Amino acid sequence: MTAVSNWLSSINFAQIGQLLYSSSLQTLYMVIVASIITFMLALPLGVFLLVTSKGNFYEMGFINRIIGAVVNALRSLPFVVLMVAIMPITVFIVGTRIGTTAAIIPLIVGTVPFTARLFETSLRTVSSGLVEAAQSMGASSYQIVRRVLIPEAMPELIQNCTITVIVLISNSAMAGMIGGGGLGDLALRYGYMRFRLDIMIATVIVLIIMVQLVQMLGDYLSSKFDHR
Amino acid sequence: MIKIENVEKIYAKGTAKEVVALKHINLHINKGEIFGVIGLSGAGKSTLIRMVNLLERPTSGRVLVDNKDLTALDSKALRQARKSIGMIFQSFNLLSSANVYDNIAFPLRLDNDYSEDFIKTRVQELLALVGLSDKAAMYPSQLSGGQKQRVGIARALASNPKVLLCDEATSALDPQTTNSILQLLLELREKLDLTIVIITHQMEVVKECCDRVAVIDGGTILELGDTLDLFTDPKQQLTKTLVSAAVRRGLPELLRHTEIVKEYRDGDKAVVELLFLGPKADAPVIVEVAALCNVKISILAGSIDHIRKEPFGLMVVEIGGNKEKIQNAIKELEARVHKVEVLGYDRRQQLAELD
Ligand SMILES: Nc1ncnc2c1ncn2[C@@H]1O[C@H](COP(=O)(O)OP(=O)(O)OP(=O)(O)O)[C@@H](O)[C@H]1O
Ligand SMILES: [Mg+2]
Repeated sequence: MTAVSNWLSSINFAQIGQLLYSSSLQTLYMVIVASIITFMLALPLGVFLLVTSKGNFYEMGFINRIIGAVVNALRSLPFVVLMVAIMPITVFIVGTRIGTTAAIIPLIVGTVPFTARLFETSLRTVSSGLVEAAQSMGASSYQIVRRVLIPEAMPELIQNCTITVIVLISNSAMAGMIGGGGLGDLALRYGYMRFRLDIMIATVIVLIIMVQLVQMLGDYLSSKFDHR
Repeated sequence: MIKIENVEKIYAKGTAKEVVALKHINLHINKGEIFGVIGLSGAGKSTLIRMVNLLERPTSGRVLVDNKDLTALDSKALRQARKSIGMIFQSFNLLSSANVYDNIAFPLRLDNDYSEDFIKTRVQELLALVGLSDKAAMYPSQLSGGQKQRVGIARALASNPKVLLCDEATSALDPQTTNSILQLLLELREKLDLTIVIITHQMEVVKECCDRVAVIDGGTILELGDTLDLFTDPKQQLTKTLVSAAVRRGLPELLRHTEIVKEYRDGDKAVVELLFLGPKADAPVIVEVAALCNVKISILAGSIDHIRKEPFGLMVVEIGGNKEKIQNAIKELEARVHKVEVLGYDRRQQLAELD
C-alpha cells in the first residue's frame, strides 16, 4: 500500500502534463497532415485500380496490373523498413530526414497503397447494375465515379478512413523513434530509456483515447451516410 | 423507331470462352409500339435490349434509334443519344444513398444546363406522373418494390426519352404490383408517345400489354408476330411451350384419362377446341350451331381471358352426331369463331348417355 502511495506522490503531474501536451500536438500534427494527404492520394488511386480492372467500365488491363504490382510491393514492406528505405526521398521533399515534418513523408508512403486497396475494395461493392443504370442515362465515367461509386460506397469509405487514421497513429509512434517526436518518441525516451513508468502509462492512455475517439467519430459519420 | 440491322454479338471473341449471344438479328420496332421479347434463360434477351442503348456494343451490324446510327457515334454523342433512351431494370438500380427526389433528379443533373428550380418542377411533375408525390424525401430502402420501380420509371423518363427499355422490370414484383406497373406503362405510352421494349419471362406481361412479340432462342429470332396471333396460333414448338404458361390449350382435365383417338369411326364424338376472339366471344355460337346442324354439343371446359384488353375465349366441346353432321357443324363453327381445332375423337358412350 505504502509503496503505491509513495509512487503516486512521487509523480510530477505538471511535468507529465506538459510533456504529454506537446507530444500529443506533434502526433496530431503528423496524423492529421498525413491523413489528409493520404486520403487525397489514395482515393484517386483506389478509383483508378477499380475502374481500370478487368471487366470494369474503364478497363486498362496492362496499366492496372503494373500499378497494382507497385501498390502490392509497397504494401509488403514493414513500416520501419520503408521509413528507412525512403529517407533519400524524404530529404529531397522536406530538406531534412529528421523531425516531425520529415516523418510525414514515410507515413504517407506507407499508408497510401494500403488505403487505396481498402478504397478499391469498398468501391467494388457498389453493384454493377447501378453503374449500368448511370451509363444508360448518359453519365460519363467521371460522373459515374463522382455521383455513383463514391456516394454509394460512402459509409464503407468512411470506415476505411477510420482504419487509415488508426494505422497512422500507430505508425506515427514508430516514426517518432527516428526523430519525429510525438507520443511514440515520448514513450521511448521516458518510458523505455528512463524507466518512467508513469509517463509510459500516461502515453498509453492518451493513445487509447485517441484511437477510441477516431473510431467513434468514424462510426458516427459512417452511419450518418448509410441509408440502406 | 428502333432498327436493329444484321446485329451480331460475340462475347469474349477469339478466346476459349467465346459465346455467340446474338446471330444476325434484324428487327424493326415501330414508333409508339410496345414490343415484347421472350425466350428461355440465356437466349440473348438482355444482350438484345442492351444493344438498343449500346450498353453492349454489337460485334457487327448497326443499331438505329430515331434514325440515328448509334454504332457510328463517338462516346460523347452516344452519351447524348442515350438521354433519349430510358431504361428500367429488374433490380431497380436506384442509388441507396440518395432519396427519391435526388434519384429522379440524377439524370437531369448530369447536364449542367438545368437550374435547381427547373429540376424541382420537373421532378415534381414526374413524381405526380408515377403517383409518388408524397414520397420525395424517402430513401429507396423505405419503399416497396412497386414504388421503387415507379421511381425507376420516373428517373428513366426525366430527360423526356422517346424509347423506354424494360429488362425484366416486373420480374421482382408480385402479380398485383406487376399489373399496376403495366397499367402505368400503358398509360405513359399514350401520354408521352413512348416506344417501349419489354423483356420478360412473364407471359402475363406480354399478354397484358405487348402489341408485338419476338421469341428468341439461341441468339436468333425464332418467331415474331402480333401478340394475339402468337398466343392463339403459335407456330414454333418453343413458342407453344412459352405461351401455354399463360393460355392453357389442349385437352381439359376431364379427358386426361380418356383415350382420345385420331381416327374417326362411326359413333365417335369429335373433341374440338374453339377459340373465340373479340366481341364474338360471348355470342351464343354453341346453341346456334347445335340447332342448325342437329348435333349434340356438350361443353367440357371453357375459359375467358383477354389479350391486350381483347376478350379471348377458349372452349373444348364434344360434338355428337353422324360423320356428316359433325363435319357440317365444324364448318359452321369455323365460320363463327376465330379458330377451330379438332383434338381427336372420343369413343366412350357414357357422355352421350349422360345428357
Ligand atoms: N458479359 C458477358 N460475357 C460473356 N458472356 C455473356 C455476357 N453476357 C451474357 N453472356 C452470354 O450470352 C448469352 C445470352 O445472355 P443474355 O444475358 O442475353 O440472356 P438472357 O436471355 O437475358 O437470359 P436471362 O433470361 O437468364 O436473363 C448467354 O449464354 C450468356 O452466358
Ligand atoms: Mg436477362
